Amino acid sequence: MSHGSAGSRRIYYGVFAALITLTVVTVMVSYVDLGLLNVAVALLIASAKASLVALFFMHLKGESGLVWGFALVPIFFLALIIFGTLLDTQLR
Amino acid sequence: MSEPAAEHHDPVVAFESAKLGLWTFLATEVLLFGALFTAYIVFRLKYPDLFHAEHGKLNRVLGAVNTVVLITSSLTVALGIDAVKKGKARLLPRYFGATILLAGVFLCVKYVEYTEKFHHGLFPSTNIFFSLYYMMTGIHGIHVLIGMGVLSYVVVLARRGRLSETYYTPAEMSGLYWHFVDLVWIYLFPLLYLIG
Repeated sequence: MSHGSAGSRRIYYGVFAALITLTVVTVMVSYVDLGLLNVAVALLIASAKASLVALFFMHLKGESGLVWGFALVPIFFLALIIFGTLLDTQLR
Repeated sequence: MSEPAAEHHDPVVAFESAKLGLWTFLATEVLLFGALFTAYIVFRLKYPDLFHAEHGKLNRVLGAVNTVVLITSSLTVALGIDAVKKGKARLLPRYFGATILLAGVFLCVKYVEYTEKFHHGLFPSTNIFFSLYYMMTGIHGIHVLIGMGVLSYVVVLARRGRLSETYYTPAEMSGLYWHFVDLVWIYLFPLLYLIG
């Protein structure tokens, strides 16, 4: 059981500021037509935000390898499902 | 001192077990939403023009507002748990109360959006984009609703003095769930509102 350190509140506020900033950026970029790059930027920013939430709000940073395994294995399976499905629908 | 998790001999082991259990539940949630994301990808590749035309009918500003609302609600959950860990469990109802309130704001905005779409004749049966939009945001909305219930339960526990710096498992678990609900929206927002 890890106890919150004195600086943890400051980290939460920092993560919050980063999440809001990234949200503003992704909305602004969506108004600029970059073609396929729009999709790449949106997904990249979403993944950066998701990582911040998982690492700091969900305390994955500093968790044991076991918890990391529980968090990452479903992501791997999701990638496998998407890959397998696209293999079928795109190459049919 | 009476530990609510007294059936476990070691409170640290009990906390770690609860955490692994919660992450296992989140794994099933990843696959639930993952199936919908997969459907989104398949149909977006199949009908790129339709998705591009239809996503413009969603209100980007309201979507962005709701993103900010959910991120803020995650912050207040994190601060609430932090307070309990520092021995200030009495502050938890205030922080979690703010989260529950923000969750309510999120659902109200969602209601306004749905009503507006219905008004313009955009229903789940309209086309595959709106089928996916209503299905994905609907299931997510149900998760928000359940989250409000779970967080309220933790508020009741805190009010009854059941949480402390040595036992805060329910607060931490409800937090993990809430952050996951926020995380799903972080992907739904760009996929549906920004890059359709």
